[in-house]
Order: sequence, then C-alpha cells, then structure tokens
Amino acid sequence: MDNNLFENEWKGFRGDDWKQEINVSAFIDANYTEYKGDDSFLAGPTAKTTAVWNRCKELLDEETKKGGCLDVETNILSGITAFAPGYIDKENEVIVGLQTDAPLKRIVNMYGGTKIALKALEAHGYKLNEEVLKHFTTYRKTHNDGVFDAYTPIIRRARSNGLLTGLPDGYGRGRIIGDYRRIALYGIDRLIEEKQKDLTGEYINEDDIDESIRLREEVSEQIRALGKIKEMAASYGFDISKPASNAREAIQWAYFGYLAGAKENNGAATSMGRDSTFFDVYIERDLANGTLTEAEAQELVDQFVIKLRLIRHLRTPDYDELFAGDPTWVTESIAGMINESRSLTTKNSFRFLHTLINLEPSAEPNLTVLWAKGLPENFKKYAAKISIKTDSIQYEGDDTMRPLYGHDYAIACCVSSMKEGKQMQFFGARCNLAKSLLYAINGGYDEKSGKLVIDGFEKDTDEILNYEKVRKEYSRMMQKIAKIYVDANNIIHYMHDKYAYEASQMALHDTNVERLMAFGVAGFSSAVDSLSAIKYAKVKPIRNEQGIAVDFEVEGDFPKYGNDDERVDSLAVELVQEFFDDIDSHKLYRNAKPTLSLLTITSNVMYGQKTGSTPDGRKAGEAFAPGANPMHGRDATGALNSLNSVAKIPFANCCQDGVSNTFSIVPSALGNNEEEQVNNLVQILDGYFAQGAQHINVNVLNRELLIDAMNNPWKYPTLTIRVSGYAVNFNKLDRAHQEEVIARTFHEKR
Amino acid sequence: MEGKITDIETMGLVDGPGMRLVLFLSGCNLRCQYCHNPETWNLNGNTQTLSSEDVLKKFKKYSVYYGEHGGVTFSGGEPLMQSKFVLETIKLLKENGIHTAIDTAGGVGGGYDEVLDLVDLVILDIKAVEADEYKFITGQEKTNFDKFLTACINKNKKLWLRQVIVPGINDDESHVKLLKEFAKKIPNVERIELLPYHSLGKSKYEELGIEYRLKDTPDMNKQRCSELEKLLK
Repeated sequence: MDNNLFENEWKGFRGDDWKQEINVSAFIDANYTEYKGDDSFLAGPTAKTTAVWNRCKELLDEETKKGGCLDVETNILSGITAFAPGYIDKENEVIVGLQTDAPLKRIVNMYGGTKIALKALEAHGYKLNEEVLKHFTTYRKTHNDGVFDAYTPIIRRARSNGLLTGLPDGYGRGRIIGDYRRIALYGIDRLIEEKQKDLTGEYINEDDIDESIRLREEVSEQIRALGKIKEMAASYGFDISKPASNAREAIQWAYFGYLAGAKENNGAATSMGRDSTFFDVYIERDLANGTLTEAEAQELVDQFVIKLRLIRHLRTPDYDELFAGDPTWVTESIAGMINESRSLTTKNSFRFLHTLINLEPSAEPNLTVLWAKGLPENFKKYAAKISIKTDSIQYEGDDTMRPLYGHDYAIACCVSSMKEGKQMQFFGARCNLAKSLLYAINGGYDEKSGKLVIDGFEKDTDEILNYEKVRKEYSRMMQKIAKIYVDANNIIHYMHDKYAYEASQMALHDTNVERLMAFGVAGFSSAVDSLSAIKYAKVKPIRNEQGIAVDFEVEGDFPKYGNDDERVDSLAVELVQEFFDDIDSHKLYRNAKPTLSLLTITSNVMYGQKTGSTPDGRKAGEAFAPGANPMHGRDATGALNSLNSVAKIPFANCCQDGVSNTFSIVPSALGNNEEEQVNNLVQILDGYFAQGAQHINVNVLNRELLIDAMNNPWKYPTLTIRVSGYAVNFNKLDRAHQEEVIARTFHEKR
Repeated sequence: MEGKITDIETMGLVDGPGMRLVLFLSGCNLRCQYCHNPETWNLNGNTQTLSSEDVLKKFKKYSVYYGEHGGVTFSGGEPLMQSKFVLETIKLLKENGIHTAIDTAGGVGGGYDEVLDLVDLVILDIKAVEADEYKFITGQEKTNFDKFLTACINKNKKLWLRQVIVPGINDDESHVKLLKEFAKKIPNVERIELLPYHSLGKSKYEELGIEYRLKDTPDMNKQRCSELEKLLK
C-alpha cells in the first residue's frame, strides 16, 4: 500500500504502523499532545451554539410537556438510510445529522420484537402504518420470536417471577461500541477494502461450519452497512469515502458512524467510545495551521455534544419504570493514561467537560473520566470542580482497568469496559441474588407468587436459621440458577445475531472480534447482610401456611457491609466470586468470555418491589441499594469505611463488567470553600482508586435541596444527579425513584 | 495511656487542612447554648476508649486518603480536658510525620503548655469578644480563654479562628466588626471562619433529657452568614 495515499488528509501526522493496518490507537499514541495546563484557555459558547441550543431547549421543553415523547415516525422503519436528512437550525449547525428527519422524532425498530415496539407506540398514542406492520406480522420473524421459540420452561419461570429481569429479549441488546474514529482516520472506502480482504477465503471451515458461514454472512452485511453510512452522509452533503481532512470533518465523520448505529439499532446503551483525545489531534493541527480558533474548537465540541444529547429511542412504560429518566447511555470516556507516567489528557478532555458549563448540566452524553493517579493535577481539579458544580460526571479507575484492557478501551453503558473496536459485549442483564437466597430458604418457591420456580430443593423448617445449612443450600441454588441464566443469555444472543444483527456497529470492529458475555447481580448488599444476619444474629423466619418464609425476625446485632468490617466484607467477596465461578463453569455462545457486574442503575427499585422481606431486616417491596452500594443508612461508621468495603469487591477475573458505587456528600461536609472542596474531592478519588476500585458516581448536594426539588420540580429544570452509573435529570424520575435517591446515605458533617 | 472519645470522623474535610481523622473527645467544661454535641459534655458519658497507638493505627489504615496534606484533629467536647492523652498522641503522630491540630475553645485554665509547643495548628473557637456575652453563651468567665490566647500568641502558634453565628445573639454587622478588630491584634492568624448555627443537635438533647435553650431560634441563614464572613476580609 502507498503510505502517502492520503497526502492531504494525513499531512503532518506522525507514525507509520497505523497506515499499514486499521489501528486508531497507534495513530493516537504517535500524534496526540498531552496537556498539563489549567482551564484558563477554555472558551464560552459561540452565537451559533447558543442559537442551536436555545432551539433544542424549546424542543426539550415541548417533549416534557407531551409526556416525554415529542414525535414518532410511524411510516418508516429503522435503518441507516431510511430517513431524509433532518436539522435543528440548519444555518447555525456546524455538526449535522439526526436520527430521523426532525429532532427528537423517534424511530420504530421492529427487529428486536414487535410486541415491545407496538406497546411503546400505543403508550404514546401512535399507530404504525398498516403496510409496514404487515412485514413483521406476516413475512418476517424477530429476535423476540426466536428467543421465545427456544426458551426453556425453567427460564420462563425464572423470568416471570423476577429472578432474572431486564433480559434483552424483546428489543436491542446495546452495549456495542463501534470504533467510529476509524471512519474519520481512514474513510469508508479503505474500511470496506479491509473488510473485503476478510472475505477472500475460498472454503468453509468444516471444523466449525456454523461459525464459518455466519461470519461470512456478517462481514458481507458489514460491508453493505459501510456503504449505507456513506450514502447517509452524502444525503447531508458530505463525501466520507476518504479520510477527514480537518477537525470539523473528523468529528462529523465519526458522528455519522455513531448516528448510523443509532438509526439502525435501539439497544439500551448506545455508547460513543473514547474520542476526545483522538479529535484533539485534528484540532491541534488546525490550530497550528491557523485554520481554527479556540472558540471554534469549542464550538465543534459543543455542537457535537448537542447532537448526542438528542439521541432518543422509543421505550415502553415498563422500560421507563426499570431505567428511569429515558436514558440512552451515550457514554464518552475521557482522559486515562497511556502508561504509568504519561496521560492521555488533552485540551479536548477539558473541552468535553466544559460543555456542562457552556450548555448547562445534562445527563447525556454520559461523561466518564478515566481517573488515574498520574493524571495531571490541573485536570483532576477541573473535573472535580465541574463535578461539584453539575453532578454530571462519573469516575472510573483507569489504573484498575488499563492492566486488563490496554490503554485504548472505552466504557459502554455505565461501567462496562471493552477494547475499542476489538471487543464487543453480549449484554446479559441481572440475576436477583437476594431472591436467590430466599429460594434457597424456601425450597425453590417464590416468596411473592407462591409458585415453584426451581425444583430439587426442600423448604427450610428450622425455627432459627442455621448459617452452615442455609449457606450450603444457597451454593446449590446459585449453581442451578447460574445454569439457567447462562442458557437464557446463550439463547438471547444466538437469536439477536440472527435476527437483529448490528451491522453498522460491528463493521467498525475487527472481524475477529473478542466477545464478552456480561452477567450481572441485583440485590447484592441485601444478600450479603442477610448472610451476615443469619451467621452473627438470630434470624427467625415467619412462614405462611405454605411454609414459605414471608418475613423475618432478627434478634441481636450483626456486622453490615459498608463498614470496612472483614467479618461481613469477606462474605461479600466470597459471594460474587462463587457466583462468577458458577457461571464460568459453562460454555458460552461464540466462545464468549464471561464477566460479571454489580450494577443496577435504577432497577434496584423495581427489583426490590418484586422481592419479599429478606433476613437482613429489609421489608418486602423495599428498594435494594443500587449496584455495589451498602444498604441505605447501614454504612454508619463513616464515608471512608463505606468506600473501603466497596473497593474490596474483586474486579479482575470476577466483577470485570463493573462495580458501581454511588456516593453522595453534602457540600458543607466536603470543605469550607470551593478551593478546598475541589482539593478534597480529588483526595477522595485518589484514595478510593488507589485501592483498586473501579467506579464511583459523585453527587455533591443537599438532601433539603432534593426534597424541595421533588415537591417543586419547576424550580430545578436542569437538576442533574448521578444515579448508579449514569446521570439523570432529577425531575424525570418518578416519585419512588426520587424517594430512593433521597433515602440513600448522605455523608454529612458531624 | 487511653483517651475517652464519643465518636470518630474518618473523612473530616472541614476541621483543618486536607482530609483528616477527627477524634471527638469526651468532656467539656463549657455549656454553650448552641452546642450541637451535648453528648460530649460528660467526660465519662457515652464513650469508648482509644490508645495513642490506636489513633496512629487508624490514621495509617486510611492514609491513602489522607495523603500528604491531611492529618489528625482533636476535637470534642474540649480536647484539652484530656491534655495528657492529647499530648502523648501528638508526640506519637509527630514522630510519624503526621500533621496535628486541636479544635478547642481554650477554656480549661491550664495544663496545655506542652501540647501548644508541639501541635501544628490551633483551631480556636471564639465564643464572644466581650466578657459578658462570653459568659451568656458559655456559662463561664472569659478569663481562662484570655489566658489561653495569650499563651498561643507568646508561642506564635498558627491559628484558625472560628465563631458560631446565632440569629438574635451575634448575627449583626457590629458583632462581626468587633471580631475583626479583635483578630487584627493576634499575629499568625491563617484564617477566620463564621459557622452558621444549625439545630441538628436538638434531637440529641431530647435523648439526653436536657433542656434545649434555643428551641425558638431559627437556623442561621447560610447565605447571610457568608455575607457576614466577607466583612472580615
């Protein structure tokens, strides 16, 4: 290949490796400029940005007034080239492209399943074009149809009783991050050329006929999808067959790639990747050439972020109940390190966070700072400052993840790390481990429905629960549940690949992609505290006429998770390790590698509603704590002990899909003035991540303010808070979620 | 030797520089009207004991958070009621290169000379500048406080001055100006802070069966308090 093929587009760029093969990471390493200075260079919003954003605010307001959905396209189905170009305020937009022909107009996607799509349409008062509907009811099968053809009876029981919930069996699985930067660096034509090379084999591999044929079909679909991305970009007046030649084009090209994925798919989390430092290379080149000013650079970032804030998917009321606040998890991973001593922080890392000031706070995109000990002090302080002001940033431990993923990984959804363009994830929702414990006590009967869900177990009949006995049954129960859970996910992803393949996103991965299958846990701290109560106190079950324990009397005290107390924290570590090993003992679809998360987002409320009283004293229906958090108010011996307990949960080779922790502190406890608050927050983050922790959401706010916001929402239109892995507009939460957030432990000054 | 404490804050972010381990020591000789820690009044009340080595051990456990800018603060109650324990612990901490501070009202009358020689920072609560108001708030004469302040000045101790602002008692500009004049005469004052009175301690009085004298006083408006603080600059 001619290395100077794109003489103009690649002018001034260093390095050669990335020219020979598709390798964005090598390009960044050779060309980025680390920035260690402060935030004084940052520019405010331009007149164009303000005009576009003001129009968006009107539209967002209209959307809220219409009950959360502004409009739905009912005559056309999802697809990369399905929609005519759309604009917000054409003459002021410097980055263009919308999912449909109008802002906030949602897409109907039937590939995942007709039921959920139709339910969502009905809930918002829309009706799908009859002709379009006919295609899916008469001629075509969906992912959802396929899954239910294959589901076993025991999976159905586990699902309907709330043991396994949130499984992506009726809509897009999401969590796949295309390496959208590839389009900017190489142009579509080169990417097609590379994919065509992967199709040149003359024969099918008889050792694995299924995989060999499936892969050929998929690569062909990927090639077609790349062509469609080019066609869609052309409809906006851009030729993306060649690489981007300046910063504006680089952002625009990458955004077209992302947009194609959001037109084609409706996955729960549709994350962006790790782009800010990549874009900075182009911005620095333009700044040096004198073809771009700082204000214009910020304008590009601001307007790109505006576009990401408008991403929408059509959801049902059930879905909104599970994941409050209409989230899309357009997660953008910022900063991190290239090695022990050099960071990937650039001026653009600042510019991305600065959008929270220029455009006011927002839940999306989900700005995620990859925190490391070695990040420049100025950047740490700037991130802390913006956190305190906006509560819109989450932090994840780069020193914890980098050894496992290298330095070019990104976060999908809230806490799921993957190598960009080299790994993908089969998202597998959650298993309720608190309910599993009740099943172990109740002989496999559900404590709410009274139905037998898991057979082969005896009901416990002891007056006082015996720890050894219960723990042994719990182990046996988890083994059995792990098998059911693995079966469900193998079926789901087999069918998803078959009926709702994400061709455009997978086209921006290596053909020989590594697959992760992400399992999850809900009700974690309740399960752990329940075990501790049974072990260290006297737990007396109250049984109904069926012999099912529907409540528990606890006599005496017991150590609680969240107090840095080894007696109970060791039970926590043992529990996740055991459940992960149970899962790991099974074979996974396409040889995926299993991972596990302690992440519930806001579904802890719904999981709690579906779970009876637990031996830790939590009453039936009460919310669980989110993610890996200790139960509300039980981390009574101080904030550091609470953080230390969470930091003990093993990440590598266990909870490698993420350990989510939400931390709230009132401003007056964080420091006496702004400067001290910033320094102290930096200190907390440094201390927490130094212990191998993976994730923390930080909220710096007053409980009183939240109560006021709950009662007087109009006073706080942009109040954004971090909820277990993503930010959310507080007013978009329903009352139960608002109350749960307020009940969470606030660390106050004594 | 062992000290008596009512509570420990592992993430102390407002009582001295950086993030600190804050020990709330039992016992106080003052009875301030607005006190929000009445459980610390009684030296032998609801307490746990802790040795100097325990304090060092605790600090080390969390030292990854405290970093190089943090340290240990002895608060209370009145930490100088247990000055022997405080002295021994400060010595041990200093040997380990750890920054120390005491958060005191300086009203104990003596026994603190060696502590003052060693401690890095004194956070001094100025209950009132005028003697009769001091007595009205604390129930004690101001003479011990004056003696303590003189000792600090003589040893040129680094000081953070604090005053709790209570509606109807000292929330007016003339009080703040008086405090400003008073502070001007003290060398080595690193900062002065006004703390807005809050009623969060009220329920503790009910639990302890002690009458709460400020039951009709509203919380101090935080914004107004920071405006008053600006007058000190």
